[in-house]
Amino acid sequence: MTATTQPTGELGRARRRKEDARLITGRTRWTDNITLPGMLHMAIVRSPLAHAKITGVNTGAASKMPGVFGVFTATDLGAQDISTPCAWQVTPDMKSPKAPPLAVDTVHFAGEGVVVVVARDPASAEDAAGAVEVDYDELPPVLDMEAALADGATLVHPELGTNRNALWVFDSAEAGTGGDVEQAIRDAEVVVKRRFHQQRLMPSFMEPRSIVVDPTGEQLTMWSSTQVPHIVKTMTALTLGLPEHKVRVIAPDVGGGFGGKLQVIPEEFLTVLIARRLGKPVKWTETRSESMVATHHGRAQIQDLTLAARRDGTVTGLKVELIADMGAYLRIITPGTPLLGAFMFNGIYKFPAYRFTCTNVFTTKTPTDAYRGAGRPEATFAIERIMDELAAELGMEPLELRERNWIKHEEFPFTTVAGLNYDSGNYEAATAKAKELFHYDGLRAEQRRRREANDPVQLGIGISTFTEMCGLAPSRILGALSYAAGGWEHASIRMLATGKVEVVTGVSPHGQGHETAWSQIVADRLGVPFEDIEVLHGDTQLAPKGMDTYGSRSLAVGGIAAVKAADKVIEKARKIAAHMLECSEADLEFAQGKFTIKGTDRAKTIQEVAFTTFAAHNLPEGMEPSLDSDATFDPENFSFPHGTHLCATEVDTETGRVTIRSYACVDDVGTVVNPLIVEGQVHGGLAQGIAQALFEEAVYDEGGTLISGTLADYLVPSAADLPSFTTDRTETPATSNPLGVKGVGEAGTIASTPAVVNAVLDAVRHLGVTDIDMPCSPQRVWRAVQSARGAAKSTSEHTTEAAAGGGLGSIDAQGGAQ
Amino acid sequence: MTRISVMVDGVSYVDDVEPRTLLVHYLRERLGKTGTVVGCDTSNCGACTVHLDGRSVKSCSVFAVQVDGSEITTIEGLARDGQLHPMQQAFHDNHALQCGYCTPGMIMQAIDLLGDDPEPDEHTVREGLEGNLCRCTGYQNIVRAVLDAAEKMKPPVRATQQPSTVAGGGA
Repeated sequence: MTATTQPTGELGRARRRKEDARLITGRTRWTDNITLPGMLHMAIVRSPLAHAKITGVNTGAASKMPGVFGVFTATDLGAQDISTPCAWQVTPDMKSPKAPPLAVDTVHFAGEGVVVVVARDPASAEDAAGAVEVDYDELPPVLDMEAALADGATLVHPELGTNRNALWVFDSAEAGTGGDVEQAIRDAEVVVKRRFHQQRLMPSFMEPRSIVVDPTGEQLTMWSSTQVPHIVKTMTALTLGLPEHKVRVIAPDVGGGFGGKLQVIPEEFLTVLIARRLGKPVKWTETRSESMVATHHGRAQIQDLTLAARRDGTVTGLKVELIADMGAYLRIITPGTPLLGAFMFNGIYKFPAYRFTCTNVFTTKTPTDAYRGAGRPEATFAIERIMDELAAELGMEPLELRERNWIKHEEFPFTTVAGLNYDSGNYEAATAKAKELFHYDGLRAEQRRRREANDPVQLGIGISTFTEMCGLAPSRILGALSYAAGGWEHASIRMLATGKVEVVTGVSPHGQGHETAWSQIVADRLGVPFEDIEVLHGDTQLAPKGMDTYGSRSLAVGGIAAVKAADKVIEKARKIAAHMLECSEADLEFAQGKFTIKGTDRAKTIQEVAFTTFAAHNLPEGMEPSLDSDATFDPENFSFPHGTHLCATEVDTETGRVTIRSYACVDDVGTVVNPLIVEGQVHGGLAQGIAQALFEEAVYDEGGTLISGTLADYLVPSAADLPSFTTDRTETPATSNPLGVKGVGEAGTIASTPAVVNAVLDAVRHLGVTDIDMPCSPQRVWRAVQSARGAAKSTSEHTTEAAAGGGLGSIDAQGGAQ
Repeated sequence: MTRISVMVDGVSYVDDVEPRTLLVHYLRERLGKTGTVVGCDTSNCGACTVHLDGRSVKSCSVFAVQVDGSEITTIEGLARDGQLHPMQQAFHDNHALQCGYCTPGMIMQAIDLLGDDPEPDEHTVREGLEGNLCRCTGYQNIVRAVLDAAEKMKPPVRATQQPSTVAGGGA
């Protein structure tokens, strides 16, 4: 650690993480680890049915069991008129059902809470929950989105008069950002129409959600395993009618989120209501199976795309018609999540005309909301899939087709047909580097050889040249999209008497390594040692202002707030340093933590200035004895990471098994603060995107029961299911912030899914396969190959192959999907 | 209630436990060993992995009464005299954790894996960690960490002393 005396060059340095020390030794503070004196435990009785009238609740036996403090329905708690909030009214006429924290007289999805039991310990609570009797009259479930929109469909919420939540439209002709897409389709030399299915996914963070509420202090304190303590605080106050200054929310160590903990959950309200009623601390920790039905799900869209082009491959228009599954209720950003993709279907390409419509629909399934990428993976999947379809239609090399249409590096900044201003990027550079790392030409040659030899194991190459919009902010744009809050971020820097530094950030990490990265940023700015900085976060009492962590926003918004706060500290310190050195401020230069009189060796370190400020014996006239500074940053624009992802899959045409042979990606996330952390984020993102392509699906049976509701049935990939990735970067700095950073949390997930599916199809397209739904399980791939072969054979030739079943690997890889 | 006597991280405990109490709940709720965590309810995730008499077990699939007379090592008992176990160090050095929730179980399993095969290749490591799920890292750096630890834990050539304890049990 000799470097500690040379605090320069922190940006871009592969610092090992500060967070690790407690995490590798078990000295962690997960919410479920918290034990308070007299604490009670809550268990929730959930509906096993998707749609039913509650005809009776018998809590008599349960409430008499040993250790039971109470058994409550919504009415018992006075919660029947409370509604779990939605902060995104996407259209003025959007339909919003009431969403009480426990079902009142009707359950709308399997897993919805009906009764809460409180007892002295978790086992007693569980026992008593098992003794609660609930009688139901079953109603027909509403499972299929298109059927739900049809006339005469069973209504999820009859009081709304429809299952349609909202219809949201963007049209480039109307917006003045491009032409008329219908005209483009009429004039097209080639039209490609495709329907893609975005299956439902479950975020599957490793730490189940947990809440502890202590009502015994002057402020009510809630610990919650959440990504968004500030939003939870404000929403708890608003929803329950508590004064906001009487609520403190703490997100202690949080074990992953991926959007799944970007939520204000019914269980938070229930825990508060019960803790206040009983006057004792109360804990709720979910089981994994409970988490899978009760945590919001993600994706769940039907995507109809129509792409217009010329025969030379130039794209001329894109029409996107989405149907998005809201599930049974609107959570915090449920209706807006698909719209985060509205501006991304055009990808990196220069479409002259674009129209996007999204129909949001209610079903009797678990509510959906943000899951890593939130709207943008869906958009990227669709455009990158259909670009391959266009290439196949035209017989063009798919990478050449993309290059013909993408924005050239000299064309930035570029205003897209969706109205976004892409500030910077270099798709040529990332692609060239990725091709080289991937040995693209060599793999294409091998692919040809295998095709010619009719090898039973075929090789496919999948491409995804993606961009995304992230760094969620800017408040102005969020407001224009009718989101209820802004997107600024806050930071404070406290200079302690001894020259050590406390950095307070409003973002709330749950695995991203902000304590390390923010230390690097501030060390770089203030010229103090990395080790001398403590990063504080995740408690509304010590970090009172913030918008929390999601949407790859923490660094590009919150990190910049820390930079700006540090700059204010330096400006205050400069005045005091000038006073100490008896010179004018203009004579000072600040570098490596030291104010030096230009051309001399007379200097004061920022630590010396901090102590002088603390002592306050002799400060400039009118100056407060404090260097501490706050900053709130609200960027003018999103940031636009991009990259080129290349995947080679081997597809066994006899078994349907897909193996990733190699995966290479070059991401451009702008300036990098810590390359270790960036690489780790890319790896994890890739794993989740690949999991959508090959493994994961939330499957419902015809009754509306989630049948992939445990980790035995929902295939979160293990180490044995994934390859090693070749990752690299190009760096085109963002112009929207002083560090040039863009954000990296979602990039890998957004980019990888289409790369993998394109590779699977590329391996078998020559056999006549044109599409395979995700996840591309062995059984689905095998069936697609069989049916293409069957279609290729003459009808007189009988084949019974299709009845042969799933083939090797289908049982462990399909997740009950077929 | 059944009386058990058990050594956990070098400390002996005598406790009355319900027959249905799982080892992981005994460790967390009775002994305060909250470094070991629960990630699922079907024994798929491996977050609760500890060493029982020197071998890894998922502590959600063992009853507390079954460990009577045994020695348990949890993540909290791995470091000795302030010195991290080489596997802990390797996880830190190789950025093999993000949120860290799977990390205790992953480290305990990785140590056990090296007990079976002190010089594994990448494939062996991946297969050996199959029962432990991580949602953050994509496993690449975990695999790298285990290979790094294997390298560092190799006994020196012609060493006279015994190889260092791989799956330590408080001994």
